[in-house]
Amino acid sequence: MVVLSAGQILERLPYGEAFRFVDEILEISQDGIGGCYTYDSALFFYDGHFRDFPVTPAAILTETMAQIGLVCLGIYLMGGKVPPGKASVAMTSSSLDFLKPVYPGEKVFVTGTKNYFRFNKLSCKVQMHDAGGELIAKGTISGMLISRTDESGK
Amino acid sequence: MDRLLIIGELKAIVSPYTEERSKLEELSEDTDFLKDLKINSANLVDIVLDIEEKFGIEVDNDSMAKMLTVRATVEVVAQKLSGDAGQ
Repeated sequence: MVVLSAGQILERLPYGEAFRFVDEILEISQDGIGGCYTYDSALFFYDGHFRDFPVTPAAILTETMAQIGLVCLGIYLMGGKVPPGKASVAMTSSSLDFLKPVYPGEKVFVTGTKNYFRFNKLSCKVQMHDAGGELIAKGTISGMLISRTDESGK
Repeated sequence: MDRLLIIGELKAIVSPYTEERSKLEELSEDTDFLKDLKINSANLVDIVLDIEEKFGIEVDNDSMAKMLTVRATVEVVAQKLSGDAGQ
C-alpha cells in the first residue's frame, strides 16, 4: 500500500484557493488526523456574516472540519489507489455542536478520529479547538469517497 | 434462519433510513432499496453495517455490491448464516 505524505495529501485536495480550509496536516495515521487552519480576515464571507460584525459562519467551520477530518484523512486512506487530483468526497451527513464563536484571524486545530471506513464510506468523530486549547465544535461527519476516474471511465 | 424472519429483521433495520413509509409497510422481496425506498449509497452502507451486527456476519465488497434489493440481501444473509452454521 502506498503511504501518502502530508504534502502529497494537500496537493491532492480538490479545492480551489477560495474554498480551501486546510493549511497544514500536523499528524496522520490509519486511525485519525490532526490539522490546522487560520481564517484570514480578508476571507470573502466576513463582508456579509455579519454586517459590521464579522464572525466565521458555522457552515465554514463545518467545511473546515470536513476538509481536514474527513477529506484529508479519506485521501490518505485511499492511498495510491486514486491518481492525484481525482479524489473527492461527498459529505453525506454531519451532526455537530458549536460551542464558541471564531473571529477573523483566528487559528483553529481540527482532529478527526475514524469511526469506520467501509465500502468507501468514511465516518469520523471531529473536534475543533482554538489556539488556547478550548473546544470550539465537536461531532460526527460522514462522507462517500469518490474517485473521479469512475465517471470518466463510463 | 427462515427467509420471512430475515425480511422482518430487515424491515426494522431499514426503517430509520427511509421516508417512504407506505413502501416500507408493504416491503417484500421485490423491494428495491434505491428505487422504492429512496435510500442513498451512504445510508446503504449503514444498513449493511447494521445487518452485519444484527446477524453476526461479515459482508465483503462483492456481496455488498449485490445488496440493492430485499431479495438479494436475504440471499446474502441466508448464505452467510448457513455457511457459518455448517462450520
